[in-house]
This record gives sequence, C-alpha cells and structure tokens, in this order.
Amino acid sequence: MPTPTKGPRFGGSPAHQRLILANLATSLFEHGQITTTEAKARRLRPYAEHLITKAKVDSVANRRQVVRVIRDRSVLHTLFTEIGPRFATRPGGYTRITKINPRKGDNAPMAVIGLVEAKEFATTGAKHSTPAAKRATPVAASAPAEVDEATDPPADSATADGTVTTADSAADDATTAPTPDAEVAADETTEPVEGDARDEEAEADSEADKA
Amino acid sequence: MAVPKRKMSRSNTRHRRSQWKATAVTLVECTNPACGAKHLPHHACAECGQYGARGDRRQVI
Repeated sequence: MPTPTKGPRFGGSPAHQRLILANLATSLFEHGQITTTEAKARRLRPYAEHLITKAKVDSVANRRQVVRVIRDRSVLHTLFTEIGPRFATRPGGYTRITKINPRKGDNAPMAVIGLVEAKEFATTGAKHSTPAAKRATPVAASAPAEVDEATDPPADSATADGTVTTADSAADDATTAPTPDAEVAADETTEPVEGDARDEEAEADSEADKA
Repeated sequence: MAVPKRKMSRSNTRHRRSQWKATAVTLVECTNPACGAKHLPHHACAECGQYGARGDRRQVI
C-alpha cells in the first residue's frame, strides 16, 4: 500500500490537489517541460512517472486508468503513442527537476520539470537488479544518476551510440527550441579534438531536453 | 487580557531592530565559458539558462 501523503494538500482540499496534479501532468505531457514551484514539481514527479509507466504498454485497461487523470484526448494519444514508447527500455526516472531562480512576486522557489531525452537501456534484469549490480553495469548505473537532479547525467559522449533523438520529439520541439540556445550549448561543449560530432550531439541533447 | 505594563522605549525598539541583519547569499560562477555570471548553487543560471557540469551542460530555460 502506498504511504499516504502527509501534511496539507495543494489548493487546500484533496479534490483540488487531484485537479492540480492532473492539470500539471497534462501540461507536462503536452509541452514536455513546464515551470512550476519546486514543491509542486516534487509532488508531480512520482505522479507523472506512474502515468508514463502505464503508458509504456498500450492496452485498454491502461488507457482507462490513465484517462481518469489525463482527460485531454490529444494529450492521452501523445502519451501512449510517443512518450510511452520513447521510454520503453528506461527503468524509471522519466522526468528531471532543475531548480531555477525564485519567483519575482513572492520569492517562491521555482523549478523546471521536464521529460528526459530518449535513450536505450539494457533490458536484462536492470529493473530488479540490486544496487551493487547496478553500479557494476555502467548503462544501468546511469539511470539513478539521471533521476537525481543535483547529480548530472553521465557524459553523453560516453553513451552516444545509445542516445536516440526521435523525429517525434524534434517535431514537438518546434515551438520551444530557440536556435541561439542550442548554439550556446554547442559552443561550450566544443572540443578541438572532436569538434563537429560534439556540436551535433549537444544540439540533439538540448532539443531532446526541450521536447 | 494581558497587556504590556510599560511603553517600549525608542531605544529598546531600535536596539532590537538593529539585530535584524541580512546575510549575503552564496553564489557560484556559471561554468558556461560564454556566460560566467554568478548564480545560486544547484540552480540553473538565470543569464544563460543552462544547468549541469562542465562539458555536460543542458539548456533548461
């Protein structure tokens, strides 16, 4: 049985909190990345990740469970046809929280919560392996590191062959990806040895983050 | 109802308030070589909007 949530609810009542979380999750799946208060982002993360886990298997039962939360049909379709398959091999940790500066009006701690980029993972027992085994396997060990927002994900150059930026995510990105930002990201990762490859990689990564 | 017996003197008030001090926040330098601005540790840089270790930066904002 899941541990009940302690303390006050968002919005004041359990019903209001359910609506807030449902709306936050819908916005997250619609835009790929949303800015909210840090407390709401922390509460949203497990909630949204349960929904993504359900969306990995497209069945009528799973769709009925998810549609109780995601009432927008187009977002539901996106979740089951794009987001779910994108994380097919990832053993959890589908979202990432990054803290940003406090809000101007009330100094509330703010954060950006977004879906992480698509990436292939070894499927052999990665989900049920012990922490020691995870540390031994470099690919599996990268999963918890990505979940922790304070810790940075491992260098993508090491696992570049596993990184897959789908055409779907790039298409979603069209509204939000500013090209100058991608260029800035590309500039600072440039190394004299492997210049162009790193540039393209950085651009792909930043696009995947936005998606 | 309990009420103060004495008026709080201006001196006492001002001595008390003189202890209200602000402290400077700890800031770190952005590792983006193109930016280098100061920002809160473990927060995305407000200037360039990036977060992450050197060589593994990603655009957040």
